[in-house]
This record gives sequence, structure tokens and C-alpha cells, in this order.
Amino acid sequence: MTHPAELQLDERGRLKHFLTIDGLSRELLTEILDKAESFAGVTERTVKKVPLLRGKVIANLFFEPSTRTRTTFELAAKRLSADVLNIHISTSATTKGETLLDTLRNLEAMHVDMFVVRHADSGAAHFIARHAAPHVSVINAGDGRHAHPTQAMLDMFTIRRKIGHIADLRVAIVGDILHSRVARSQILALNTLGAAEVRVIAPRTLLPAGVRTLGVHPFNDLTEGIRDVDVIIMLRLQKERMRGAFLPSEHEYFRLFGLTEERLAAAHADTIVMHPGPMNRGVEVSSEVADGPRSVILAQVTFGIAVRMAVMSMAMHTGDGVRAG
Amino acid sequence: MTRISIINGRLVDPANGIDKTLDLHLGQGVVQGLGPTPKGHTPDRTIDARGLIVCPGLVDLSAHLREPGAEHKATIASETAAAAAAGITTLCCSPETDPVVDTPAVVELIRRKAKHSGRCMVLPVGALTRGLYGEELAEMAALKAAGCQVVSNGSHPLKSTLVQRRALEYAGTYGLTVFLRAEDSALRDGGCAHEGPVSVRLGLAGIPEAAETVAVARDIALCEQTSVHVHFRGLSTAKAVRMLERARKDRVAVSADVAAHQLFLTELDVDGFDSRCHLDPPLRNLADRDGLRAGVAKGTIGAICSDHQPHEPDAKEAPFPATASGMSGLETLLPLALRLVDEGVMALPQAIARVTCGPAHVLGMPIGRLSLGARADVCVFDPEAHWILDPQALRSRGHNTPFAGWELRGRVRYSLFEGRLVHEA
Repeated sequence: MTHPAELQLDERGRLKHFLTIDGLSRELLTEILDKAESFAGVTERTVKKVPLLRGKVIANLFFEPSTRTRTTFELAAKRLSADVLNIHISTSATTKGETLLDTLRNLEAMHVDMFVVRHADSGAAHFIARHAAPHVSVINAGDGRHAHPTQAMLDMFTIRRKIGHIADLRVAIVGDILHSRVARSQILALNTLGAAEVRVIAPRTLLPAGVRTLGVHPFNDLTEGIRDVDVIIMLRLQKERMRGAFLPSEHEYFRLFGLTEERLAAAHADTIVMHPGPMNRGVEVSSEVADGPRSVILAQVTFGIAVRMAVMSMAMHTGDGVRAG
Repeated sequence: MTRISIINGRLVDPANGIDKTLDLHLGQGVVQGLGPTPKGHTPDRTIDARGLIVCPGLVDLSAHLREPGAEHKATIASETAAAAAAGITTLCCSPETDPVVDTPAVVELIRRKAKHSGRCMVLPVGALTRGLYGEELAEMAALKAAGCQVVSNGSHPLKSTLVQRRALEYAGTYGLTVFLRAEDSALRDGGCAHEGPVSVRLGLAGIPEAAETVAVARDIALCEQTSVHVHFRGLSTAKAVRMLERARKDRVAVSADVAAHQLFLTELDVDGFDSRCHLDPPLRNLADRDGLRAGVAKGTIGAICSDHQPHEPDAKEAPFPATASGMSGLETLLPLALRLVDEGVMALPQAIARVTCGPAHVLGMPIGRLSLGARADVCVFDPEAHWILDPQALRSRGHNTPFAGWELRGRVRYSLFEGRLVHEA
């Protein structure tokens, strides 16, 4: 079976689908960041459009609810002058008998050029990429616990903008690593881009078994884990984790793993704080930190558009060599 | 009834310790002679088996035939034909049908259809609990009277260890063998792949090793408590094999089998979200695979089975967690057993034993051997025939196999069931 890494590149080694960071080279990830840099200017102009994807049809295929990710993908597509179809597919529609493959074929018949997919099952984006018509590109906007590569790239972009580089940084990711597709993609991106150390901080119930195989150092204590790090990434804690006996209470979680100003003192003075959102204030992060000077959380959202523009245009092979800024 | 002589073949009958060139004479549906032609035996047909291996027909402890209820996947007729082509002459079919095998009527239906097809002996495994819901006992005495010799709850969990104890005792009352799938469903927690580096990286919900070992420990304890023969269906971990070994040393009446694919594939094969490798129990790591191989070599695991689960193509065409688990295994059972010989795991007679007299021993039946008077179930295969597996060329309705493209050794040339030629190629 084709390895995911081969599946996402064309015969010339260019991005065809963007499904996971796994298997992509440092050069390619850097190219995405550089391309995003050139688009970051576009979003600040009065006429916020470039004609790179004019005439192309992009379908946002969301099998799971999402506001922010879908919106930034839509904005990114529109700024590239593409036509956008937003398709929400409730799981009930697929239980009516139409398979994922049927849905895909129907949309292909409408001459869609790119699918942006979010799905609750790990591997859904790979599945769609493997079965899509040859001219169609697939961008993974989050599949199960597996990957959320555009989120990871916008986080890398944010780090590079704020600190200047990713190589040699120490980064701590705090929270529910076990269920997090964002964390998996961030870990891969950080390690590929040469971070000195990636730490994950959580109680053992929220760390996957054998978490070290992901290329991280696990910590169970927040203060110890964030010592000397340059970047702290807080993950959202889902309320249902209490029911699954992963945690006793939000209260205890916040007391031990919630990032407060006081706790943040353990890190050095210019450490930045990130969060892929949506935030639970008072559960994983306090408001002073979220709105404080070290927080780059809103910048992440803004940069999300440029990064998604970069990935979309690269996957469609438009504007190769064209500087859009 | 026809008389058949199979001459000049290398006869491998591990139950009787035979491995030499020896002629085999069949008549009246039974083995009538070995070596010189018995007096009065004038064969209607003589098969020259020069260069071929003649062994007992294979016995498979686990195959899903999908009928009744899932005829879009396979039928008794289609799968027994595939079994015959694979040299399998006896197979146990799962109670997980629709309706489940919890009434004599369903047992009767399956037996009648199998008899009509006439390609191999089908032994319906009865349900341990009503509807396989794991709460109330199935009418096991009636199932036994209808012809079931084995009861099982398939892959469905029992509601409690108390229900399990009672089910074992009740089954034991009627001399039924109990097949258990050792799994703690709470620990499984909806997982779909082995909890290990691959599932962690792919974000697939993991099934920990403890989901099996916890259940094995519990089941061994209950087996000891009740003195009822428990057979573990489809072990997947090296630790479970060691636990089993210890229990057998303590003279607890437990046995086990393993699915042939578990001896070759590992979690690494799942990489790339390969739904053909969505199997249950899941493919585990290399150490587990080696532990299972060692268990089979030692005889702690006495049987290798196909764990045949044919599916229609759509069942595997979805994101990995949403696909159906299981593979079409009948036609790879013998070639994979031979591959164990090639890979130095065991000698040929031992490998043949694990698919003939080993499983027959679990069933307590005088099959899987070529003793005088035994049912004339024979498999004649060419051990030097190498072939590349093309899923479309499988005789089973299910073309779902992770072994597509593998070069395999061993082609069945003749299968005889009750002395009748049921497959010839």
C-alpha cells in the first residue's frame, strides 16, 4: 500500500495533497512557510485577492463541526480567487446509506478541483486522496486523532514570525496529547524543522502509550516541563475526558496543568504562549496568560489564512515562482 | 460409492507419525488401506501423486460463512467450495450470523445447506448466550442435540464473570467445548489497532495488550474453577502464550489456536491505513508474532486456523476505523502453514499437524488423520507450486486479503471429502 508520504507528493516531488506532516522534508515545510510569508502581505492589503486559483472550485467538506478552521480555509480560498462550496455533512446523512465514496463521486461530478476535508475518523483524508480523481487535490483539515497539518504549519509560521527561527528551540506541548491530532502534527513539524527538544506535559492518562516513539520527552509536572522552553503550546481539554475517567475534574486539572502567570514564571522571560483554540479559559489557561503579553494566540488565527493560501496554491501548482506579495 | 487409490505420493500423517512414500486406498467413505492394495479393492480411480504430498484434509476451527443473514458477503455454498479448493474438509462456522446460532432451527439450516453443497463438513458453533447478548444462557442442550459440539459467544463480550462462570458450567454439563475470544471489552474501549507506535502515530484508537492478557488470566481462573475445557480462539500476544503455557503445566484444561495471518503480519502492516490489515484481534508487534510462532512450534498453541471473514469490497472502502475487520483466509491457510516450514519455524509434519490433528484434538473428533477406518478426508497438494496471490482469483466471495501480491508455496491438487473428490485442479 502506498505510504502516506508518497501519496501526497507528485512524480516531481511537489505537493499534491496535504494530508500529514509525516514523511515531508524540511525543505518542503520551509517552502510552505516561505510561501505563506509572501501571502501574509496579501491579507494586509486593501484588495485582499490574488488570482492564482481563479476558475478553480474548492469544496470544504466538513463531516465534523468547525467554525474557525472552515472559515479560515474559506477566506484563504477566496483570497486566491477560487469558488468555494461549503458542504456540511452530518453523520446522519452518511448513515442513510450514502458512503463516503458516493459523496466523493457526487462532488467530483460537479468538477471540484480540491477537497478540504475534516472527518472524525483517522485516515479519512488519506482515504479520500487515494480514491479521488487524478486532478483533484485533498487538504486534510483534521482527521480523527491523526493529523491537522495546516494547523501545525500555522503554528510553525507563528513561531518563526515571533522568534525568527524554529531550529534549536525547546517547545513544550501541554495537555491532552492522546486525543490530539494537532499535537501529533506539531510534533512532526517541530522535529522535521530541527527543534532542539519537544516536550509533552500531561498526566499519564492523557499521554499515548510509548509516547517517546513520537520523538518527544514526556513530563508529568508542568513547572518542571516548561523550565527553559522557548514556546509553550496549550491544548484544549475536551469536557468528555472527565466522563471517560481520564481526569477527576477540571478543577484538579487546572490546579496542576493550567497555565497561570505564576506558573509561567518557571519559563524564561521571552517564552511565547500558543493555543490552537478554541480555548477553555480557566481550564487549561488563565485569562491573564491568554490575553497577556506573551500570548500569540490571535496571531495564530491571522496567520492561519496565509498558511492555508500557501498550501492550497502549492497543491494546485499555481504561482510556482510567482511572488504574490 | 467410488473407490479411489492415491499412489506414489509422500504421505504425511502426523497423528500416526507417518512421513514416507505410501499409497492410500479409500472406499466406503473411509480409509481402507495404507501401502499395498487391500484385498478386493479395485479402484474406480487411481490418482498418481508422484511429487505431491498426501495429508489429512485440513480442519479449520474458525470460519465465517456469512449465511444466514449476510449473503451479500458470502454463502455456505461459495465458502465451502473455497474451503474444498483450499484442502479444508472440516470447518467450524461462527455463531455470529443473523439470526445467531442460538436455536436448533439455525443449526439445522446451516447443516442442511452445507450437506447440500457437500464440499466439506461444516460444524456450526452454537451460541453461548441467547442472541450473543452475553446475559442469558442459550439453550445449549438443544443446540447439542441439533449437532453442535462447540459453543461460543464469538467476539461478543459476556455481561459479567458470573455469567461466564455459569455459561461454562452449563456447557460443561453437556460435554460441550467452549471457544472464548479472550478480550476485555472495557479495556478495548472502541480500539481498532494494536496500542503501539503505529497506532499512536496514525491516531488510531489502540487496543492494549492487557485487553487480551486480563481476559486470559480471568478465563484461566474460571476454567480452573469449573473444570470445563476452554479453548482460546485467536490469541494475539506473546504474553498470553506464556500464561497459557504455565496454565497447561498446572494441568488446567485450556487450549488455544492462532489465526495464520498473526504469524506473518504485524502492526507495521497497518501503516498507510491499510484496511486489509484491519483485523480482530489486531496485528501486534514483532515480539508478539515471534511469541506466537514459538507457541505454535512448541505445541502450546495446537491449532492454526484461517479466521476466515469474507467481506464485500465496500466493507473495506472507508476510513480505517470505519471499515469492517477480518480477512478472507481459507485459501491462504495451507500456504501460510508451509511458509512456517520455509522460515524455519517448524518441520513439515508439525506444520501439517497444526492444521489437521491439532484442531481435531481440540474438537475431540477422530478426524485430521489417515488411520484405517477414519473418514476419507484427504488433501493432496503440490508443495513446489509457487504462485502469486491475486485477490480476484480467490474462490471465496471475499477478496479481502492483506496477502495480495505475496508469493506463496503449495497448491491443492485434489481434495477428497468422505471419499469423494470435491476439488481437482
